[in-house]
Amino acid sequence: MEDGRIRVAGGGVDLGVGVRVVAGEAVGYAYAESLEEDEIAEAADTAARIARGGGGGPAVTVKRRRAPVRYGAEISAVDADGAARVALLRQADRAARRASRRIVRVDASLVAVHKEILVASSDGAFVADRQPMVRIGVSAVARRGRRTEAGSSGGGGRRGLEYFDEVPASFHGEEAARVALVNLDARPAPAGQMPVVLAAGDAGILLHEAVGHGLEADFNRKRTSNYTDRIGKKVASPRVTVIDDPTVPGARGSINVDDEGEVPRVHRLIVGGKLRNYMHDRISARYFGRKRAGSGRRESFRHPPMPRMTNTYMEAGEDGTEEDIIRTVSRGIFARRFSGGQVNISNGDFVFSLVEGYLIENGRITAPLKGVNLIGNGPAAMEMVSMVGSDFRFSDGMWTCGKDGQSVPVGVGMPTIKVDALTVGGTEV
Amino acid sequence: MQALADLAQHAVERLRALGADHCEVGVASGRELEVSVRNEAPELVKEALSSGMSVRVICGERVATSSTTDLDPDAIEGFFCRVLEMARLSEPDPLALPPDPKELARRIRSLDLFDPRTDRIDAATALRRAQRAERAARRHDRRITASEGASFGRSSAISALATSGGFLGTAAGTYQSLAVQAIADDEGGKKRSGVYWTGARFVEELEPPAAVGREAARRALRFLGARKIETARLPVVFDREAARSLVGLVASCVLGDAVYRGRSFLAGKLGEQVAPSFVTIVDDPHLPRAPGSRAYDGEGRATRKNVVIRNGVLETFLLDTYSARKLDQPPTASAAGGGSIPHATTSNFFLRNGRKKPASLLRGIDRGLYVVRMMGFGFDPVTGNFSRGAEGFLIEGGACTVPVGEITISRNLGEILADIEAVANDLDHRTAIASPSVRVAEMTVAGT
Repeated sequence: MEDGRIRVAGGGVDLGVGVRVVAGEAVGYAYAESLEEDEIAEAADTAARIARGGGGGPAVTVKRRRAPVRYGAEISAVDADGAARVALLRQADRAARRASRRIVRVDASLVAVHKEILVASSDGAFVADRQPMVRIGVSAVARRGRRTEAGSSGGGGRRGLEYFDEVPASFHGEEAARVALVNLDARPAPAGQMPVVLAAGDAGILLHEAVGHGLEADFNRKRTSNYTDRIGKKVASPRVTVIDDPTVPGARGSINVDDEGEVPRVHRLIVGGKLRNYMHDRISARYFGRKRAGSGRRESFRHPPMPRMTNTYMEAGEDGTEEDIIRTVSRGIFARRFSGGQVNISNGDFVFSLVEGYLIENGRITAPLKGVNLIGNGPAAMEMVSMVGSDFRFSDGMWTCGKDGQSVPVGVGMPTIKVDALTVGGTEV
Repeated sequence: MQALADLAQHAVERLRALGADHCEVGVASGRELEVSVRNEAPELVKEALSSGMSVRVICGERVATSSTTDLDPDAIEGFFCRVLEMARLSEPDPLALPPDPKELARRIRSLDLFDPRTDRIDAATALRRAQRAERAARRHDRRITASEGASFGRSSAISALATSGGFLGTAAGTYQSLAVQAIADDEGGKKRSGVYWTGARFVEELEPPAAVGREAARRALRFLGARKIETARLPVVFDREAARSLVGLVASCVLGDAVYRGRSFLAGKLGEQVAPSFVTIVDDPHLPRAPGSRAYDGEGRATRKNVVIRNGVLETFLLDTYSARKLDQPPTASAAGGGSIPHATTSNFFLRNGRKKPASLLRGIDRGLYVVRMMGFGFDPVTGNFSRGAEGFLIEGGACTVPVGEITISRNLGEILADIEAVANDLDHRTAIASPSVRVAEMTVAGT
């Protein structure tokens, strides 16, 4: 919905088959955008060419596996009545405009995807999954005099429209407007190293960038990550326990089965500051001598799978509430909402962008700050986590992770934490 | 190619028969090969054929778009019915009208975008090139301890666009690239990575694999010992690869849809001096062999060169029919690929070459920063506020000295543009969005 009008109702159908052949650490891959048997056979031939010398093998008997059910979606959002979806957008739009007459523009979108996958592999696995995803995004523009600022909010998950029974569309409209209005008063942020308090929920993106990618096993197998050879070593403060959990009901990053046909379980990556596990696909699991993988994901049949995150979060600690933690900072930043981040997995430097942040002065939140980048180095930043709150929250964000040209939906979560020093990319020296 | 044109044409006729007042149909088919090697052994060989159709229909004043990869005749009929149904859900939008048929391209200009040699590169050849490149990287210096690998990819695509206004056009293009990422071990478990790549529409224009490998190795080694520097306001020189990002952000703020949505800090600034007089930024779809070139836009208009910023003055935005109407400006033939949700896009979008040699940009800088790589998405198009992670070198006494990392650079992009002090002459068109190296008078560098 653009500025109050349903402008274009888009949609599309996408289907095909991808074939992967693995020989040692080498992968042959081919795909066809069709379900025709001859095209699939051709893709298989192409993919098999990478296997050295192999001839045909005996036919494989596949056995259907049952996958658990971790999604919502009683009413598939894709099949929902168009009018119902339009009504949700109107609700969001109205709520944003009602927030203030300074809101001059609102755009909202609702996307529902229904994906069905079937994975068959030569070790006998044969498993199917129906994967719903709904996401709503609202952005608002506020103006006061000559100053214009924007704010946005979004959410959803592996559910159907019942998501809106818990989180009404109007909430996102109000949130988008709120952030835009706060930003009208935002002042330039300071520059340099200082303590940062990260709000519960969205701040999980810190984990995704600072730690998550570096713990994907393919980088460690190739020895290109700065977490290479560090299993068993201390990589974070003892307060820090980081989990990658594909089983969170209805969450955006959850999967019933991964894209290699394995039913994944919870991965405990860092426990009490010590590195315990990487996230594995089959190739890495074999390399590292592990029995199970479970982290092999792919964007679609067009791509081979590789180790990816699902829902990555830090367990709650014992250091109290958000207020308790903010009170300990004499000068620093309170970072509440984020737009995205990136990591250089070889040296461990990561960044994430703040879209709603505040100055902390003498233990209190004072002025809102213009959006800045925060930069740190993974292990160093995680060692400087000095307080971990008791207030864990999952982010309702619409996070999408990109790696090697493939995007997958992911979730993040965090309690409120304090990092003693991160570099804040403000403009005030 | 003819088959695609026929398919597109037939689709237009069918959609009209089913009730569309106006429609655009884009059909494309492509082939790709991608290989990668690591430690000189093949790691991935991936091949595919793809095809698809995307459609935009207008019924009355209601618009819908959709796409499909299922080109089976029965499936397509169902697809047409569905997209017309979707149009009925939209609200009428009086501005959603097709281009005047008089403005459609009559003649398709030839831009030399297709190399018949591309599709003939087979997996074995591609693997050899990648291996040669990776080997050269590892042999360059014994401090190169690993590699994320080398990859070679080639792709070709043909497409057709048919519109109910009477346009029918076809296009064909190829592209291939070779990339290497070398890794050097540094202290404290950190690794330093260096990436270099070559890419072109014609095979003969690729740089030799060994040269690519050596440059990737050099780039990894130059970051050994990188550290943070003190927070300060400093002059900043962007090498052309980093400067390209800035030009890309400018692009995102001159596209029609961003402007009319109020999501551009350049909205309302037509005719204003936004940069010094030696800065000219151009969108040119007619550069032969360039990655972004195209003869017609997604609505069938003949494309043309648009000077977006001329001698520092913001002269035009890039507009498709819809955004042109929203902004009450003439369209600039910048519509994106046929049959998609209408929006404007760039072709070859670049800052024009200056006259200075890149090294001369450092002259006279007592203390500054030379940026070669940036990280993160810290840009707000509504305000122009820019803040990203950066890596590069300290400039001292007019020369690069120590490698620097884990810092951020920040400043409003509008101020950056106004504060460009010099533009070098090293523009290269490996990418559709391109730039020469650039010097900016001042930015806030946040470190320790």
